[in-house]
Amino acid sequence: MIGILNYRAGNLTSVSNALDRLGAEYIITDSIEELDKSDAILFPGVGHAASAMEDLRARGLDTWLKCTEKPVLGICLGMQLLFESTEEGNTETLGLLPGRLQKFDPKKGKVPHMGWNRFKILKDHPILTSIDGRHFLYYVHGYYAPTNKYTLASCNYISDFSAVVAKDNFMGVQFHPEKSGNIGSMLLQNFLDIIQDGGQN
Amino acid sequence: MLTKRIIPCLDIKDGRTVKGVNFVGLRDAGDPVELARRYSHEGADELVFLDITATKEKRKTLIELVTRIAREINIPFTVGGGIRTVDEIGDILKAGADKVSLNSAIVKNPQLITEASDRFGSQAIVAAVDAKRTGDSWEVFVKGGSEPTGIDALEWVEKVEALGAGEILLTSMDRDGTKSGFDIELLRQVNKRVSIPVIASGGAGQVDHCIEAVSAGNADAVLAASIFHFREIEISDLKKEMHLAKIPVRYPVV
Repeated sequence: MIGILNYRAGNLTSVSNALDRLGAEYIITDSIEELDKSDAILFPGVGHAASAMEDLRARGLDTWLKCTEKPVLGICLGMQLLFESTEEGNTETLGLLPGRLQKFDPKKGKVPHMGWNRFKILKDHPILTSIDGRHFLYYVHGYYAPTNKYTLASCNYISDFSAVVAKDNFMGVQFHPEKSGNIGSMLLQNFLDIIQDGGQN
Repeated sequence: MLTKRIIPCLDIKDGRTVKGVNFVGLRDAGDPVELARRYSHEGADELVFLDITATKEKRKTLIELVTRIAREINIPFTVGGGIRTVDEIGDILKAGADKVSLNSAIVKNPQLITEASDRFGSQAIVAAVDAKRTGDSWEVFVKGGSEPTGIDALEWVEKVEALGAGEILLTSMDRDGTKSGFDIELLRQVNKRVSIPVIASGGAGQVDHCIEAVSAGNADAVLAASIFHFREIEISDLKKEMHLAKIPVRYPVV
């Protein structure tokens, strides 16, 4: 059973539809008791980082996320919130990964980075099984995570940024796998396989 | 490299796809979900559904349709047509749409852009701008292009960006339905003034028109309806030609 984190900034319908298409069982919840019973957590997110963090804190989910040892997959804003802080509203985020999110410079290109792009794999990881630099994934974001030692794949738009990250049980993708056609489904299936294999990474 | 997007547009009436030229001689063209699936399979990068239903039952039928599309389709899609309030936007996004396109309502109440983008994120808010050339400038039209507003289109695009729109769907009323090519000058002028993505619409008739919209007009995406509906241009062929013209496009990898 996957727990889809239910909070104000979630694009829950798209994510739950994607899991339905894969035949995965899930529960949409903000109850810590139900999250404790889940095998893994999907942490979606769209919108503004400050209001998302505010809502996570109000529900006590920030503390729960920081302590969990279950596999967690952050999607888009969900991935961004795994980092320490963001320029968006000068917000302190969860701090599970080192680094500060920066805003794309609108003088250098259109913002948000919106559309299909490819990435370059820097490190192998089970979340990237059968996915490589030829594949296109769908991105929509105005802030980006600089690359660091936890970057599994980097994408380039205006500058290089983290497209896929992983540290311990935490994984994150900047693109929207639930909206990235069959390749996106494959990535979600990889996450399901990681859970099946006991959450090792 | 970020690729340029090809976006088929489906006109919806009472939950069904309709085909016709300028909404004249409408005929039923089947289940929107089937057509959406076909486009997605052929390599469409996104889809736009434009609801032209005028009845009171509109909203319920539309929400049911959006729910079905979201279950079946795994690429992004936008829904537009007569959306007026933040609550309506919320219902459509909750049903699974990624973006809503707003047109007449934001001309009447520009603050709707800010309210909606604050609540749902600017990535979900597309400002649809219908522009008609008058001499050296362009005027914004509303209500499906039937009503002039006196608003200068180039000033308007700057304003919608400042208010929080995440993208502009720019339709040339002069070219819409003519298949004579996009209004490149309009695209250029708009792109000079905004730093959010711009979708070119109105006038697609040939592959070269789409290439020109991107290479000369700096469009980030190209939208068309009839050329795809009537299979005058196959999406895969269009992408191949754009690739040969050195425009970055996404191909489906098998």
